[in-house]
Parts: sequence; C-alpha cells; structure tokens
Amino acid sequence: MAPKTPTRPPDAGPAADAPANPSPARAPSVELGTARPGTRPEKRTPKGKAADPVTKTGKMADAARAAGDFASRMSLPKPRLPQRLKRKDQQAGGDRLRPSAPIVPPQSVAGRALTLVVAIMSYLACLTVGSVSVVWDAAQDWSNDLVREVTIQIRPADGVDMLLQIENAVTITQRFAGVGTVRAMSDEETKALLQPWLGSGLDLDTLPVPRLVQVTVDDPSALDLAGLKQRIEQDVKGASLDDHSVWTSRLAAMAGAVVAGGFGILALVLFSMVLSVVFATRAAVASNRDVVSVLHFVGAEDGFIAREFQRHFLVLGLRGGIAGGVFACICFLLLEMFTRQTAGLAGSDQMSALFGPVAVSTPGYLGVIGVVFLVAVLTALTSGLAVKSQLARID
Amino acid sequence: MIRFENVGLRYGMGPEILRDVTFNIERQSFQFLTGPSGAGKTSLIRLLFMSLRPTRGLIHVFNRDMATINNKELPELRRRVGVVFQDFRLLDHLTTYENVALPLRVLGKEEAEYRSDVIELLKWVGLGERMHVLPPVLSGGEKQRAAIARALITRPDLLLADEPTGNVDPPLARRLLRLFIELNRLGTSVVIATHDITLLEQVEARRMVLADGRLSVFD
Repeated sequence: MAPKTPTRPPDAGPAADAPANPSPARAPSVELGTARPGTRPEKRTPKGKAADPVTKTGKMADAARAAGDFASRMSLPKPRLPQRLKRKDQQAGGDRLRPSAPIVPPQSVAGRALTLVVAIMSYLACLTVGSVSVVWDAAQDWSNDLVREVTIQIRPADGVDMLLQIENAVTITQRFAGVGTVRAMSDEETKALLQPWLGSGLDLDTLPVPRLVQVTVDDPSALDLAGLKQRIEQDVKGASLDDHSVWTSRLAAMAGAVVAGGFGILALVLFSMVLSVVFATRAAVASNRDVVSVLHFVGAEDGFIAREFQRHFLVLGLRGGIAGGVFACICFLLLEMFTRQTAGLAGSDQMSALFGPVAVSTPGYLGVIGVVFLVAVLTALTSGLAVKSQLARID
Repeated sequence: MIRFENVGLRYGMGPEILRDVTFNIERQSFQFLTGPSGAGKTSLIRLLFMSLRPTRGLIHVFNRDMATINNKELPELRRRVGVVFQDFRLLDHLTTYENVALPLRVLGKEEAEYRSDVIELLKWVGLGERMHVLPPVLSGGEKQRAAIARALITRPDLLLADEPTGNVDPPLARRLLRLFIELNRLGTSVVIATHDITLLEQVEARRMVLADGRLSVFD
C-alpha cells in the first residue's frame, strides 16, 4: 500500500511556519508505511544495550525545538533555541514547581486507620514497658533493702540467761567486717510487735517469746554472712540468723515472673501490630493498585515499588509510634503526679509501701523511645515484605 | 525489533484469543492495529508490552526471546517501550509535571537533571500552562497528551497507543495523530491500536487487522 499525503488539516498553523521544518502533516508521504531499520541510526539505541534516557531526553528536547512549527499548529507557543537560557531564568520563577510528591499517596482512609492502630499498639507496648520498669525498679529496691538487713533470733530455753545471750550475739556480730549497727530490740519494741496478736499488757517473762537483734549491713560485699551465721549458731544458745534469703528469692522470682509476663505481653502487642500492618499493607497495595500498575509499565523494578511503599509505611509507623509513645509518657507523668498528690491516703500509702514511689525511671522512658523506633522499623519492614509478596503474585 | 511467530494466547482454559499471529515491527515504522471490539487488540498490545506471556509461539523483543526473559529483566526492557492507554492511567495525586517525570524518577534521576527536559516536552505537547495541575482537572485531550508525554519522556524505541483517540473529539484526534506521526519522524516506532475508521483514513500506513483472533497485515 503506497503512502499518501494527507490533506492539510483545517486547524493547521500559519503557512509561514511551514518552511522552517518538515510539516508533520506531510510526513507520511515520505516516512510512513515502510519500515526503515537503517534510518538515522545515531538516534537509536544499540542492540542489546540499555537506553540512556537522559541523553535521549535531551535529544527529544532538541527535536522538540526543531518541531516548532508542529507546536504552532497546535496553537502552542513555539519553542525557540535562542530563548533557552531565558527560559531557564523564567523557570526559576514562572515554572516554579512544588517539591515532588511521594509516589504512594500519603493520605488515605486506610492510612489514617492504620496510623491509629499503630498508635494504639505503641501506646499499649509503651504502657507495658513502663509497668515492667516500675516493677523491676521496685524488685531491685526490695532486694537491696533486704540484703542490707540481717536479723538474729534468740529463742528462750530453760537455764539460759536471755540477756547474756543477747549481749553475746551483739558482741560477736560487731566484730565482723561490713556490719553497720547492731541493736537488740528492747522489751517495749518486742511488745509493740506482738501487740496486734497478743494484745497489750504483755509480760515477756511469762511467755517463751524469742528476742530479736537487728543488724544493718554497711557493705554487703565485705560481710562474711556464712561465717557470721556459723559463729552465732555455734556460740549463742538458741540463736539463728535470718538473712531474708528465702523472702528475697521469692520476691526475685515474683519480680522475674512479672517482668517476663510484661515482655510476653510486649511481644504479643508487637506481633498483633505486625499482623495489623500486614493486612493494612495488603489493603494499601490493593487500594493503590493503579499506582503499582503505572509503576510497572513505566519500568519500575519490584524493589523500587517496595521501597516507595516502605518509605510511606515508615513515616506512618513513626507517626503512630510517636503518638502512642507521647500519650503513654503523658499517662506516666499524670500517674506520678497523682501518687504524689494522694500521698498520705491509705490506698496510696499501701501502693507506695509495695512499689515505692510509682514513677517510671529513665530506663523506662528510654524503653518507650526504643518501642517507638521498633514500631516504626517493624512497620516499614513488614510492609516491605508484604508488598514484595504482593508484587510476586501480580507478576 | 519485535517479531511474533505463530503466537497463540488463551486466558486460563478459555478459547484462544489470538491464533497463529505472525508479524514484525521494524525500527522507525508506523502501523495501525485495528479490528472489531473484542478482537484481541488490547491482548496483543499487552503481549507487545511484555505484561502477558504467550500460550504458544515465539516472541522476540529487542532481539531477546521472550521465553528466556526472567522477571528481573522485564523492567529494563519495558523502559524501551512507551505505552499510552485509553484510560490514560495518570496518577491523580501527582501533577501533570510529576506524572510525566515519573519514568525518570523510577530510573533514579535527580529532578535537577530532568526538569528542563520535562518542561520542554510538556510545552511541546501543549501542556506548558497545565504542568502544575492535577489530572482530575485536565480535560480528556489534555490527559491524553500528558499520557503521551509520559510515554515519550524516556525516548522509547517503541510507542504503543491503545485507542488513543477513544475519548477525544475528531479535531483533537487529528492533532494527536499528527503528534504520533511527528514522533515517528523523530525515530520512534509507533503502533496505534484503534477501531476508529476515520483515523485510519487520514494516514496511509501499514495496517494490522485482527479478526477472530487471526492477524492480517496490509503493507
């Protein structure tokens, strides 16, 4: 089929432009209809080599200038080569562009919902970290207080002078290194201790009540506790030394269980957040199917698409994580203020007796910061993997 | 450049959409792909764009046997093919400028490198004044020209246009056709899939006619 020359369209530009360049309306009579593999090889990409888009785009721009008459036919401003520099100046003002928008649309209903989910999960995780921190600190305080105090108990026995035994125990104990004060509890103190069970007006001489010697330890590392125990039990009749190790070990076990439970809850919260992110990412990829499709046909690699989504979800995760972390910190501060304000009330005192001052320590706040970043990184990694898996299915 | 030999295509266990399709697309050639609706034009375009693999037959794309091309190599080959879809497929949250610059962003180019070229191309296709506008505000013709500019920004070896005049009025269809002719003059092979007879009558070029899954080529 021989090429024919189409008639000049009625909306063609002024005839004065036509001689400057070959008219595209006349082009088919020369160019169309036959393949010309060897024509203008300098414009083609060599076989088997990747195209250089920048160079090619530059050529396109040159060609665009050459096609000025074509632009004029479309009632467009005619690009002129000498004006290029002037145009660059104009671009600084007239063609001012906004910063490139992210390829994955930042705002969507699914995105806002996921930000809220991540914020709630982060809040719960931060609360867990804060609670674990409070319990851990309290357990440390309990252990330290107990290790710094030892009690000698002297049981009454027939034919034994209790006061002599007490004095003997005090003397022996004071000789040991690391010991601070050694104080035998007075009759009045002993009566006060027994008063809740045996009532007032108690006569200690008529009852076989053991007597206590309270020993404070200045330097636990210097004190030979085993040696002291042996000497006391050997040289003081009816005496035994209680270093509170049973109570300490029980407290340590309880604190360990609470901390382990806290980490378990933290792991569950993070796991459920990961699952939420996986589902949300799949939904996001599905709702941005057109974006993925366009990226595919403009030649984007799967890694590029996954990175775009990952960047989107990293920002989303950081936003949600920071929101949850800040809200948790506000709760910690409010709780601390509340416990200080209610100091002296029965319930508050009970709480303080058990946990000390209810306040999250610096490691607790550092843990909150760690959780925020962990949440953001987990969100980004999870979304990246989910997107890659989705893309593999699309391919 | 592209060579199809006895290519057949079916979706799943359905009937064959394309049967024994054989043709070449040479460098700097211009051809129409036509046929009635449902004849398989879009499927053939998708095969040309490597988004489908044939059920049988051989396809050579840029001297590579498609059967030996793995998924990791596809993006690089796709960058040598520009596609203009009937529904434009512009991203609504990106401006016209950003949509056209998208293929260069995908290539990892810095904006300073391509800004002037993108602006110049937009001016060439008559969208110089509309570069800051989001696609929902553009008219059908402007969207079509933006889609064409996006397909051309990396200067592909082959331009595939699926019903490029399907959503525009006849005068604009003529303008777009002249744009394709000019692109072909500048060195790009062009395949226009259309069933618009008036468009075919305006230019005498190679015609590939699909009917009942079979392709007839009229040079």
